[in-house]
Amino acid sequence: MTTSRPADDLRKDDKRDEPKGNGGPAGAIANWVDERTGAAKGARFLMKKVFPDHWSFMLGEIAMYSLIILLLTGTFLTFWFVPSMGETVYNGSYVPLKGVQMSEAFKSTVNISMDVRGGLLIRQIHHWAALLFLVSIMLHMARVFFTGAFRKPREINWIIGLLLFMLAMVEGFAGYSLPDDLLSGTGIRAAEGFMLSIPVIGSYVASLVFGGGFPGEAIIPRLFTVHVLLLPAIIVGLFTAHIILVMVHKHTQYPGPGRTNKNVVGFPLMPVYTAKAGGFFFIVFGVTALISGLVTINPIWMYGPYEPTMVTAGSQPDWYMGFADGALRLLPGRLEFTLLEHTFVFNVFIGAILLIPLMWTAMGIYPFLEKWVTGDNEEHHLLDRPRNAPTRTGIGMAFFVFYFVLFFAAGNDLMAIKLHLSINDITWAFRILTFLGPVMAFWITKRLCLSLQRRDRDLVLHGRETGRIIRTAEGRFFEAHEPLNRYQRWPLVSFASHAPVSLPAGIDRNGVRRRKAAADKMRVRLSHFFFNDRIEPVTPAELEAAHHHDEPVREEIDHTVEEARRLEGDDFGGKLHGGAEELSSSSAYGHPDQR
Amino acid sequence: MSALAARRRHPAALLIVLIFAMAVLGGLYAVLAPKSADAAEATANSGQITAGRQLFISNCASCHGSNAAGGPAGPSLVGVGAASVDFQVGTGRMPLQQPGVQAQRANKPQFTQAEINQLAAYVASLGTGPAVPPSQYTNGGGNIAKGGELFRVNCAMCHNFAGSGGALTRGKYAPSLMDVSGKHVYEAMLTGPQSMPVFNDTNLSPQDKKDIISYLKNVKEEPSQGGHNLGLFGPVPEGMFAWTIGIGILIGAAVWLGRKAA
Ligand code: HEC
Ligand code: HEC
Ligand code: HEM
Repeated sequence: MTTSRPADDLRKDDKRDEPKGNGGPAGAIANWVDERTGAAKGARFLMKKVFPDHWSFMLGEIAMYSLIILLLTGTFLTFWFVPSMGETVYNGSYVPLKGVQMSEAFKSTVNISMDVRGGLLIRQIHHWAALLFLVSIMLHMARVFFTGAFRKPREINWIIGLLLFMLAMVEGFAGYSLPDDLLSGTGIRAAEGFMLSIPVIGSYVASLVFGGGFPGEAIIPRLFTVHVLLLPAIIVGLFTAHIILVMVHKHTQYPGPGRTNKNVVGFPLMPVYTAKAGGFFFIVFGVTALISGLVTINPIWMYGPYEPTMVTAGSQPDWYMGFADGALRLLPGRLEFTLLEHTFVFNVFIGAILLIPLMWTAMGIYPFLEKWVTGDNEEHHLLDRPRNAPTRTGIGMAFFVFYFVLFFAAGNDLMAIKLHLSINDITWAFRILTFLGPVMAFWITKRLCLSLQRRDRDLVLHGRETGRIIRTAEGRFFEAHEPLNRYQRWPLVSFASHAPVSLPAGIDRNGVRRRKAAADKMRVRLSHFFFNDRIEPVTPAELEAAHHHDEPVREEIDHTVEEARRLEGDDFGGKLHGGAEELSSSSAYGHPDQR
Repeated sequence: MSALAARRRHPAALLIVLIFAMAVLGGLYAVLAPKSADAAEATANSGQITAGRQLFISNCASCHGSNAAGGPAGPSLVGVGAASVDFQVGTGRMPLQQPGVQAQRANKPQFTQAEINQLAAYVASLGTGPAVPPSQYTNGGGNIAKGGELFRVNCAMCHNFAGSGGALTRGKYAPSLMDVSGKHVYEAMLTGPQSMPVFNDTNLSPQDKKDIISYLKNVKEEPSQGGHNLGLFGPVPEGMFAWTIGIGILIGAAVWLGRKAA
């Protein structure tokens, strides 16, 4: 610019690219990046995304932030952790272990806890975050299931979520095993037993994993690679896919006035939602750090180093592995038998190896099963209230009860000493509950949902009981029922109720399409199971009829309604804050540019 | 409940025992005081034995038989030694309050240490058995690290890594060791009460036992390094904490944020 050629004069009015925005240095950098990557378009797309607000939508966020906390604190731990089973003698500052033989892994974990500045806090944050990560994943999943958010087009994300859940469990187990303390060593020992229980190939699997006999020298280094490299990479990858799909599908929302299958009512990502979400990240981090500062977790220095000759009472895995441990405790020893000179230990195999794939398959199949039964091919962006899908909600509760019976069975020993009961009796009670509990849970939940739906119908048809007694001119008494206004009524009537399907015509019992016929019959049977007992939403005609019926007090009621309207402000526009985003009419997940 | 047992529970029974014991003690003192040390001990012993026998007959014979050779509701005590009596009565397990899967530890033993010594002397006189350990082994001061290792090898499978206790089959349990005196820990190892195995001096030398006692003392006194220790029961209370308080606070925060309009 400092040259003074004549030609420069000619150019002095040229438009220049450089001082485009005036966003200060940040804007300049953003611009620099955009001009080279075209990132602004994507960012604009993201920033305009609208997110609905509900606390239950933040369970997934808790999981996300816990994952970030885990990545940060885990990296810190790798600076000091020594993933080796080499024998050494402790000589650090913790007196009760001075001179004790232990592995390098254990020694380094004690060092992190006792001698590295802030090390214990970071270890505890890492472990508490791991527990909270899995708690929030599970609650998040429950939210998705009970609200039917797994329906089209979100089936893939449901599967990704399930994978994340399972990998997080394995990741947690791997991490928990790294310090090579008495408790986690017992866990690895048990894991070896699980592998051995696989029929025929068990011993080969175990010797492959352990690089020879138990414990060998290989397992901790291998678990380390799995824990800090392999699984985090897969988890972060899947998580990214998960989030991208949420962006593409848009977030679901609860039914409500102004909320349709074609929009999202809430706040745009920028700035409101980002501010809220960012704030929430700090809350999650802060709470986790606070807990970690106040409450011990996994005091490995008290457990001591692992020796194959030692075991401690109350050996339990972290909670997320508890259900598998519980299944092991419940499976009767009779399932062990010898056949053709092979010992089959099904009491271990079923609980330790089969259970998890079976449960995850069941969860993975469910969305497709429900879709098959309902024949519903629509996209769903509005969530179900759990009561409006009584059978699904019942199935979900049955599954949860099954899970939690197994989970609590893993604490049978502590229950025995705390409640002064016999561990044998407790185990039997849990065995019975494993079968009885889910059936009862299903039945009770379904009945509960149906009666809640009935109450909703009642509310819509006859309004809210006001507790006010009205005396008519002839001296008859009525309790004034105050009808719901349109906005209160909306969520109570806007749901789909599927009728059970009947056998399609044209399929005879001895025709060529026999196999298809069997599937159809199955579908009919399932459909009846799902939808025989159902409550239909109130139709406008029914509503009209109901008002007619209530005619004698109609006038009084009308008056009340007027009053209520005035007080509450019938004008919905005032309540709709944030923004609403249209979904393209054909598909919810078309390319952003088409929108 | 048998009539005998009912009478033993009568409130006056304890009073009578106490008066009796005081009389015996007073008598003993009068007899023993002026004599020389050696002779004193011998007589003390025989005096103690007689007193112990009296106590035994009125408190224990109903179950263990009048000669402690076993009775309708209790095993023979011949050869169990003074250590066993000192442990069983000193921890309040004996006299047994009620039959059950396991004698319970009581907060307060029913007898004074002097009376327990008399009972112990009586039972010891019936046949040789382990004696009450000398205090040099029971007051701690041993090698904590070694004691920890020995504890994890020999005791943790029942009593848990920190001596917090653990469950055994059919309602039996290994109790918490946190409030047990060193002497009783030693005696428990020596005599193996009920489901607990005996750790005699060839299994665990007196020095080993001393180390274990020192380790347990340290567990109790050591400050909790990482904050509240949740009872030192391992992952179960941790999971409970995460599922209640932990996620509870976070959901509370989520609800609060969700309510806050922008
Ligand atoms: C209600 C019946 C009952 C009474 C009273 C009773 N005991 Fe026992 N005692 C038992 C039973 C049963 C056992 C064996 C099971 C056990 O250890 O709990 C036993 C065990 C013992 C043992 C342990 C024996 C061993 O093998 O080491 C000692 C020592 C003992 N009793 C001492 C006493 C003394 C001393 C008294 C009186 C102060 C007493 N008992 C009163 C029922 C009784
Ligand atoms: C097989 C399981 C088992 C092992 C191993 C075991 N104990 Fe025990 N321990 C028990 C049981 C059961 C009791 C309860 C006995 C009773 O109440 O009479 C007990 C009681 C005790 C008590 C008495 C506690 C009280 O409440 O008064 C002490 C002290 C004790 N054990 C110490 C030890 C030590 C030290 C070791 C290791 C050297 C050990 N135990 C090993 C099962 C075990
Ligand atoms: C998906 C997320 C993760 C989960 C659920 C998880 C879980 C765990 C658990 C439960 C432990 C035992 C902690 C203890 O000693 O009490 C652990 C240890 C460890 N983790 Fe992770 N972790 C995760 C991610 C990571 C990442 C990304 C890294 C590193 C980049 C990492 C590095 C470590 C190290 C080095 C240890 C051993 C040191 C120690 O135990 O103190 N973790 N992890």
